[in-house]
Amino acid sequence: MGLLTKYNKPPKPELKRLPTGTFTIDADCRIVSSTVPSRVPEAQVRDIGRQVLAIFESARNASLPFAELVVQYAAFKITARQMRGGAIIFLSPRALQSVPMP
Amino acid sequence: MLDLYQELLKQLPSKPEVLVSNSGARAIAMLESEPFNLLITDLRMPKMDGLQVLAIVRRKFPHLRIIVLSGVLDEEYRSRAYAQGVELFCHKPSSTEEIKLFQDCVESLLDRETRHDGGFRGMQSKSLVDLIQLECLSRSSSVLRVTQGALHGKIWVQNGEIADAATAHFTGEEAFKEILSWKSGNFEILPADPGHIRTITNSYQGLLLDSAQALDEWRGQQAGAEKTGAEGQAAASGSLLAPLTRFEGVEFVLTAPPDEQAPCDSWALENSRELAVWARATWRRLVELGEKLDAEPLARVSGFGLQRHWALARDDKKGLLCIGFRRTLPTEKVDQTMKHIFTKWVS
Repeated sequence: MGLLTKYNKPPKPELKRLPTGTFTIDADCRIVSSTVPSRVPEAQVRDIGRQVLAIFESARNASLPFAELVVQYAAFKITARQMRGGAIIFLSPRALQSVPMP
Repeated sequence: MLDLYQELLKQLPSKPEVLVSNSGARAIAMLESEPFNLLITDLRMPKMDGLQVLAIVRRKFPHLRIIVLSGVLDEEYRSRAYAQGVELFCHKPSSTEEIKLFQDCVESLLDRETRHDGGFRGMQSKSLVDLIQLECLSRSSSVLRVTQGALHGKIWVQNGEIADAATAHFTGEEAFKEILSWKSGNFEILPADPGHIRTITNSYQGLLLDSAQALDEWRGQQAGAEKTGAEGQAAASGSLLAPLTRFEGVEFVLTAPPDEQAPCDSWALENSRELAVWARATWRRLVELGEKLDAEPLARVSGFGLQRHWALARDDKKGLLCIGFRRTLPTEKVDQTMKHIFTKWVS
């Protein structure tokens, strides 16, 4: 009986891991370099880059130019710095940040 | 540079309180929030240039003394600034002597302001009433052109009698009374205009008496209005945005309610509507991104630039709050201050 229960146990939901690492994109949103793990789909990384570039551009059009963007979600942080039309983007899940520094 | 001028002006014997602004919009917001004795402005500024600032300030604060301090030595700029009724057009001082001269000019203007000297330039000890009496008693024919800041008026004197008067809004006796209510300014005696149609038939003594009476009544009304104004200001200081502007480094404030059709509220912003559209679109874009990443709710967004920093946060009931910060404010301080401002706003 115990053996059957073991085999019939519903599978645990897979824990979705937030992307982490750094990548750079050019003005056309092509990934130039990246330390983001390969498990993160490239499309997702490019989507983050595209949104960041769009925010830089729309801010410029709204007469509020800036060079660094910090987006703080409850569990995730995106830091982006504008670089010659492209950007360098840092992705860091918040749990990592809460680890106290030695 | 602003800090340098602030220090120079603080050294004046009258020890004035000097507040600085790095944009025209913020300067106007500051003028609206409390009374000032003197405005010193540059002509070349980002977005709203000095002449635009002068035009708005002149319209809103016709009695404010203004000094234009500019690096531009252009006669056209100079004459356009004087046409807006500025007291002085100075070149930016570049030597110790010039700095001293500039300080003396400012001190002299402040001193005149604190002593509440009346009188018209060129005849400081005489009032406009004295001047009119002089013209009428000598049975002269002339046209007196009187200006006070952006306000202009003319009084036609024919053979010692007041024949007509005109200001931007009135003609005849009403215009005459309006001109007499101006405490100080410039006058110019122009050649007589014998062809001008006479609209005032009252004697000059009668007119001056009527004007004095009207002026007394007007002062009484002003005293009442000042009391009401003070109450109004107290009410304004209790408004939603006023407490938010008092945090360190705040340059502008914008609030955009959840209903996109509802009007936005802003302080020291020229392009509030445009910025509200951008803020809403940016927030929406990042919320969608967060949903795709399963990154939980969006808490705050900040931007750091060479001109200024800004931060965005949202409350479900009140909508979006966008705060502009002085660029010299450290980045960690921006986040910390934004948290405090947001808490205050929501509460």
